[in-house]
Amino acid sequence: MLLSIKNLKVSINNKEILKGVNLEVRAGEVHAIMGPNGNGKSTLANVIAGSSAYDVTEGEIIYKGKNLFDLSVEERACEGIFLSFQYPVEIPGVSMTNFMKAAMNAQRKYHGLDPIPAQELLAKVEQKRQLVEITEKMSGRSVNEGYSGGEKKKNEIFQMALLEPSLAILDETDSGLDIDAIRVVANGVNKLKTKDNAFVLITHYQRLLDYIVPDFVHVLYEGRIVKSGGRELALELEEKGYEWLKDVVVE
Amino acid sequence: MEKEQNSLLKEITQSEYKYGFSSDIEMVMAPMGLSEDTVRFISQKKNEPEFMLEFRLKAYRNWLTMTEPTWAHITHPPIDFQNIIYYAAPKKKKQLSSLDEVDPELIETFNKLGISLDEQKKLSGVAVDAVIDSVSVKTTFTDTLSKYGIIFCSMSDAIQNHPDLVKLYLGSVVPPDDNYYAALNSAVFSDGSFCYIPKGVRCPIELSTYFRINTANTGQFERTLIIADEEAYVSYMEGCTAPMRDENQLHAAIVEIVALKDASVKYSTVQNWYPGNKKGEGGIYNFVTKRGICKGNGAKISWTQVETGSAITWKYPSVILLGDNSVGEFYSVAVTNNYQQADTGTKMVHLGKNTRSTIVSKGISGGHGSNSYRGLVKIIRRAENARNYSQCDSLLLGDKCGAHTYPYIKVENKTSIVEHEATTSKISDDQLFYCNQRGISTEDAINLIVNGYAKEVLKQLPMEFAIEAQKLLAISLEGSVG
Repeated sequence: MLLSIKNLKVSINNKEILKGVNLEVRAGEVHAIMGPNGNGKSTLANVIAGSSAYDVTEGEIIYKGKNLFDLSVEERACEGIFLSFQYPVEIPGVSMTNFMKAAMNAQRKYHGLDPIPAQELLAKVEQKRQLVEITEKMSGRSVNEGYSGGEKKKNEIFQMALLEPSLAILDETDSGLDIDAIRVVANGVNKLKTKDNAFVLITHYQRLLDYIVPDFVHVLYEGRIVKSGGRELALELEEKGYEWLKDVVVE
Repeated sequence: MEKEQNSLLKEITQSEYKYGFSSDIEMVMAPMGLSEDTVRFISQKKNEPEFMLEFRLKAYRNWLTMTEPTWAHITHPPIDFQNIIYYAAPKKKKQLSSLDEVDPELIETFNKLGISLDEQKKLSGVAVDAVIDSVSVKTTFTDTLSKYGIIFCSMSDAIQNHPDLVKLYLGSVVPPDDNYYAALNSAVFSDGSFCYIPKGVRCPIELSTYFRINTANTGQFERTLIIADEEAYVSYMEGCTAPMRDENQLHAAIVEIVALKDASVKYSTVQNWYPGNKKGEGGIYNFVTKRGICKGNGAKISWTQVETGSAITWKYPSVILLGDNSVGEFYSVAVTNNYQQADTGTKMVHLGKNTRSTIVSKGISGGHGSNSYRGLVKIIRRAENARNYSQCDSLLLGDKCGAHTYPYIKVENKTSIVEHEATTSKISDDQLFYCNQRGISTEDAINLIVNGYAKEVLKQLPMEFAIEAQKLLAISLEGSVG
């Protein structure tokens, strides 16, 4: 069991957003979390990453056998958690290469490894860059500075490719993207899938799931996962919308 | 580059000011206090010709009529000018012609500072004029440079050996009555660097000087004069370190640069004088007057500074653009952490035609630091087609520091184009979270972001300096976010 979330309750400014979320993710699986906006999807992603903007009021998250709440944001990252942000922030003046080098070396240090040699780094950057079809220009620029929405999302996948996480959470990676960009992102994710890692795709539309086929689909509605199923659930939601979930009994 | 990053990590976790030490070398000191006798004492100790004594006395008498300026955005307890020793020199036993004859304690000091003269000779090819307190002890490379006709020696030597040049240019850019601290310096300056590059010569090596303030209560009054004759080029680096002291120490230096027709001078400074402790006690007062004049057409003067030290930094390296088509540049990163204060900037004075100036100022405040940019862009009526671009950015780390900007723009010619941009920013929680989420610690993230912020200025530095500057930024920003 890679990730186990039990009865997670999260508030922000005393307003309860997650009202008892349960989720189990095993290595090799792809999960999709869908649901209307404002119902807690991003909150869940950010809490797993460790954002201090949210208050965890109840529940537990066990990751790789560890209590996730005992780990800082950096430690969770070094333990293999990657969050592809919905709105990646810009860091002017810091080149992508320097940024990735700092990240990779921080994670290597955590695992008692030496810093990555320059040649190896450049070779990896080149390899992964091609994997996610990023143009040469991009990898030399400052982190996300002046990037379009699509470029930012591709850049997230690029970073994911370099850092090789065990658990990757993609927060609305498809929002704001055209079909081609979605295809490229999905392609990247599919190539990175192994039996040892897992993906949690947070998405509003089922479109992305045409390209990245999930093993499980969950619906996060009003702070709880109200329904889980296979791929067909996503298609059902596409057809019927979210309204009918109001009547669904939480199991 | 990775090696640097790793040693950076090591440096950050060691919080000691690592240059904090002093050497016990025999000193000859003037009695404490300042009077006409002190001025005569200094001039006599240095065996100066009559014109220098006159220069000093005139400046001193002027100083007596002046009052300390108080308009800067800084506060400090009043300075007791009588409670300072104005001259301290290591005892010279005889004329020193080789390193073997230099006081071994002195050599050890150089080694501790990482500027072993032997090393300099063998590896970097950088000529070093090392100044311990008030007197230059050794000047290297004079023989090599003299092949090109380049004069690079101490100010004291220049006064002895090149009085004509000194008489012609000393005080021509910063007159002794220019300001309170310039008058003081002109009266009691002890030593500094002198450099003359002849017509058409491109100085083949970076010239450099290291300073130290060694004895308590010894004010450091350095005087530097750089002259680039027509079509000459020189790049000069100034870097300072100082030992830990409890008493505040006054550093009122003057740097004058003269660039003749089509000459170009690049002056780089990496400054990390003792900044005071975490409570704001002690630290150096750095009240410096630096000015260059582009005297001839097509001349260019470029100032680059990374100021991370001193309790108080008060300086405006400036350029007077007298010649037509002359160019002035000012690139600055100024850091104030803990209780440091800085009021720094530049003056670009456009007098000739088609002159151009560029100002890039990056202020970084952390802790309880107070950082002010003060700049003047002045374009007179007959200065046709002047161009100026100014960018002043402030970065605030934490919520107890301050950043202030005082730009003065005085334009009297309507063909001028003046651009001014200013930003104030902080490192957002989102940026830190983003870095954290990739595994980067907050401290490392701040260093990464600050270096990215300062990059535009750092890349102006000669490479040797750029690496030292990056380290300095990291060390000086330690503990800046509460």
